[in-house]
Amino acid sequence: MKKNHLFLISLGILFLIFPLVIHSHYYQHLVIIIFMWVVIGSSWNLLAGYTGQVSFGHAIFFGVGAYTAGIFASKLGISAWWGMAFGGIFSMLVGLFVGWVCFRLRGPYFALATLAGGEIIRLIATNWESLTDGMVGILIIQSFKSKLSYYYIALALALACIYTIRIIMKSKWGYYFVSIREDEDAAASLGINTTLYKNVSLMVSSFFTGMAGAFYMNYMAFIDPEVVFSLHYISIMAILVGIVGGVATIWGPAVGAFVMVGLQETFRSSFFGLAPKWISQAHALVFGLLVIFVIMFLANGIVGDWPKIKRNVFRIKPLSS
Amino acid sequence: MLKVNGINVFYEDLQVLWEVSFEVKEKEILVLVGANGAGKSTTLKTISSLLTPKTGTIEFNGIRLDQLPPNKIIGHGIVHVPEGRRLFPEMSVEENLIMGSLYGEAKTQRNETIEYVYSLFPRLQERRKQMSGTLSGGEQQMLAVGRGLMSRPKLMMFDEPSLGLAPILVQDIFDLIKKINQEGVTILLVEQNVTQTLAMCDRAYVLENGRNVLQGTGQELMANDHVKEVYLGI
Repeated sequence: MKKNHLFLISLGILFLIFPLVIHSHYYQHLVIIIFMWVVIGSSWNLLAGYTGQVSFGHAIFFGVGAYTAGIFASKLGISAWWGMAFGGIFSMLVGLFVGWVCFRLRGPYFALATLAGGEIIRLIATNWESLTDGMVGILIIQSFKSKLSYYYIALALALACIYTIRIIMKSKWGYYFVSIREDEDAAASLGINTTLYKNVSLMVSSFFTGMAGAFYMNYMAFIDPEVVFSLHYISIMAILVGIVGGVATIWGPAVGAFVMVGLQETFRSSFFGLAPKWISQAHALVFGLLVIFVIMFLANGIVGDWPKIKRNVFRIKPLSS
Repeated sequence: MLKVNGINVFYEDLQVLWEVSFEVKEKEILVLVGANGAGKSTTLKTISSLLTPKTGTIEFNGIRLDQLPPNKIIGHGIVHVPEGRRLFPEMSVEENLIMGSLYGEAKTQRNETIEYVYSLFPRLQERRKQMSGTLSGGEQQMLAVGRGLMSRPKLMMFDEPSLGLAPILVQDIFDLIKKINQEGVTILLVEQNVTQTLAMCDRAYVLENGRNVLQGTGQELMANDHVKEVYLGI
């Protein structure tokens, strides 16, 4: 346990001083995006991994957060930073509506309903031009020139998200969530209001995802519906981050975010310019292969199957007793 | 104590219970017997509000249960030990037990009840930190019963507690149910194991194709020609 704490503390210090040591904007940008994905992946994991309600529509909450911040700035002239708070709250309200509709369904039907929800809201955002400017998107002016401020905001958001989920999972809410995942009818028979607690889980999850969306608006300064409501780049990526890192583990999505954003960037840049250009087209294929590999060999993700990885890859044998 | 009055229950458009009525009296062991698909489990699920009857009422000590959501039933002192145990496999034995005592009196008396459950099942105490999914079938059934006891019920409903257990364990489970009954808990038991259950019960109802067809004391039913022919094979 002591060793674990030491590891976490040194990791924390590493991230705190990282942008002060590495001045390259490129690497700073990558880590900022990773932190954002830590938030989205962890939120998805709370709902899907711990509560067992697999969402294929987390782009709904990401996009609503981003658009809240964007519309605040473009239509109302209020700083997009207010969107950080209100984006989370609006996402939560949208989450409540999604829950009201979709939690009538269970298992794969719930997943399909959220998938449809994501597409519906993407089309709304595309066509409701008086509010969202449609495909033109929303462009704002970045508040900070240097990446340093964004870096620390993203880090704080990621830590707050992980810490909140950790506290929730140690509280009685956590037990309620897991019992709903394990057996919803049995949980209801034991007196748990399963509809209420599924919604609680969804609201916490959508709140943080919405904050990540609002952060994205502030940081990238440009959004359009195809980016922030994207099925491929947001909803599916959220699932991949969760599955690769480890479903229903606290640190899994954080590890997953590093792996997935790292891979995506490696392919996008054609192995940092070392490989021929066409490689960048292959990233979807590689994601697919990775998912197959993870499901076959690491069904619990990198963090969930860490003991197995240690055993097989590093050939460390547990001490025989 | 529990009065089921003429319930008609449907899965979507398919009717599975037709005017089923019965009464459970305080402190007795009542058994519902019947073949596969007779509607025994459906009856228990309806009492637990996991299903809602289209017509008919369910009353428990004068309180209507049929319109309540499933999570409110346990608060009235009814607990359902479901078919196939339905534990939380990735929770430990102790966590499963705690999940049985979330509200009200059961929560304030949690520690004493856990001690009581462990005294009934020393095996569970030995394995209290183990994931419940890794227990053997018999141990899982003990845990399901223990989890039910944790809510300090007035009425316990068992759905096929003998399912998948070795014959020697089946007798243990029935002895245990008798013991729980002797401590003042009313029992509603659903079983296919007709011989053994009719021998131990106070009264029984026979369900066939979703309808009550017979009722009487265990002895009466064992002597009944229809029961003999269809269920006992004599």
